Amino acid sequence: MLDSFLVRAALAGLGVALAAAPLGCFVVWRRMAYFGDATAHASILGVALALSFNMSVFAGVLVVALIMATTVSTLSGRGYAMDTLLGVLAHSAIAFGLVAVSFLEGVRIDLMAYLFGDILAVGRVDLAVIWGGALLVLALVGWRWQQLLTATVSPDLAHASGIDPKREQLILTIALAVVVAVAIKVVGVLLIAALLIIPAAAARPLSQTPERMAAIAAGIGAASAIGGLQLAYAFDTPAGPTIVCVAAAVFALTSLFSLIRD
Amino acid sequence: MNALVEFQDVNLSYGAQKVLDDVNLSIAPGEIVTIVGPNGSGKSSLLRALIGALKPASGQINRASGLRIGYVPQKLHIDPTLPMTVRRFLSLPLKIIDAEAAQALQRAGVYDLGPRQMSLLSGGQFQRVLLARALLHKPQLLLLDEATQGLDQPGSAAFYRHIEKVRDELNCAVLMISHELHVVMSASDRVICLNGHVCCEGKPDVVASAPEYRALFGTGTGGALALYRHDHDHAHGDGCDHDHTHDPVNEAAD
Repeated sequence: MLDSFLVRAALAGLGVALAAAPLGCFVVWRRMAYFGDATAHASILGVALALSFNMSVFAGVLVVALIMATTVSTLSGRGYAMDTLLGVLAHSAIAFGLVAVSFLEGVRIDLMAYLFGDILAVGRVDLAVIWGGALLVLALVGWRWQQLLTATVSPDLAHASGIDPKREQLILTIALAVVVAVAIKVVGVLLIAALLIIPAAAARPLSQTPERMAAIAAGIGAASAIGGLQLAYAFDTPAGPTIVCVAAAVFALTSLFSLIRD
Repeated sequence: MNALVEFQDVNLSYGAQKVLDDVNLSIAPGEIVTIVGPNGSGKSSLLRALIGALKPASGQINRASGLRIGYVPQKLHIDPTLPMTVRRFLSLPLKIIDAEAAQALQRAGVYDLGPRQMSLLSGGQFQRVLLARALLHKPQLLLLDEATQGLDQPGSAAFYRHIEKVRDELNCAVLMISHELHVVMSASDRVICLNGHVCCEGKPDVVASAPEYRALFGTGTGGALALYRHDHDHAHGDGCDHDHTHDPVNEAAD
């Protein structure tokens, strides 16, 4: 079954969509959209480092994404507004990454594949990495769900219940770095944040509780991945962007639904 | 009896701004303590230091081990992007069964709010839900941050009677912050006047029996309110300027 590149691509898309859904909800609830962007953009630097030191791209991206995410967490609230800080870090990271890639002589790399993803080239090892990362993220978020949610509602309520909101923020940050690292093959650096935010935003009008929003976001993400792949195959369009287009269409539909309902 | 919470020479600053200055206080099980003080006197910071959200620059805050705290913050903003029913909110962070949730809402006088979205509640409803949640796990210490803000005098009086009943039922200590300098909950065992440092401490005068006070506060308050006479027996340096008078009766009568 895994011999077909389309089946591998579909499974890869599903894995990323399922992990991105609950995490994307937290990104939306905590207004961290640019945080996802910054982490993702930094990963191009991870690609460059991985290629120059001959390690796996996944490991390189994971390390840089983790460094980026913890840097932002630490620096926030110290004199710069969050959006300024993220604007500086995200764009510097992608610029440094692109410059670093240009130094890599003799290595032929397809930059487009990292910027926009190359889901149709997913191999068995990639698939194992993606699902391993996705299950790790799902387990982490599931384990800390109540604490993460309390800290998201109010850091002070979390403190009063003996929960350290800083620790929960760190857990989210780590989960985000893992998702970015596994999603880079599927949708690429530029569209990872879209895969996090759009299904969660599309699920909001249909949800009364946080759990329902995460579940619906997972459904929308999975449907977008499968539907996007089919459309990309039928119309010969780039797969990653097509997946994001389908998710955006679902977002338009649910927004329309909430407009009509109210 | 061992104190639930003890502050020892606690100093706290935001940058160069000193917020708490050598604060010492302790809360015993079951007592009701009201903290009054002008704006910016460090009342909320004291509560936030107590729950561990702020770290003191020096001094110690000792909590009894395993202390269960029920915290009702002054304000809580729930982002509209976060769908959250009242029922779901009550299960944070500890899951409770439906019967417990229904009972808690019933007791708070908002039995029918369970399926409503938190972000759509009115201020008063929100405050009641926060209190219901804070009382869920039988706290040993209930913290209320300006819980009567926005309530009129009969409303405050009703709220204070409710808190007194809660204290008698759960036998929990109550630490309450009040924006009113002179009119406090009459059931307070102690009133602490804070202005960076602890200015004075004492028992409120009960007004229930005095007809002239009753006329002052109206008849709807049923003795739940009391006056607190600030008794400052220490001299202040130039750096400390109290912006409230210490003659409550005259001020209230103006």
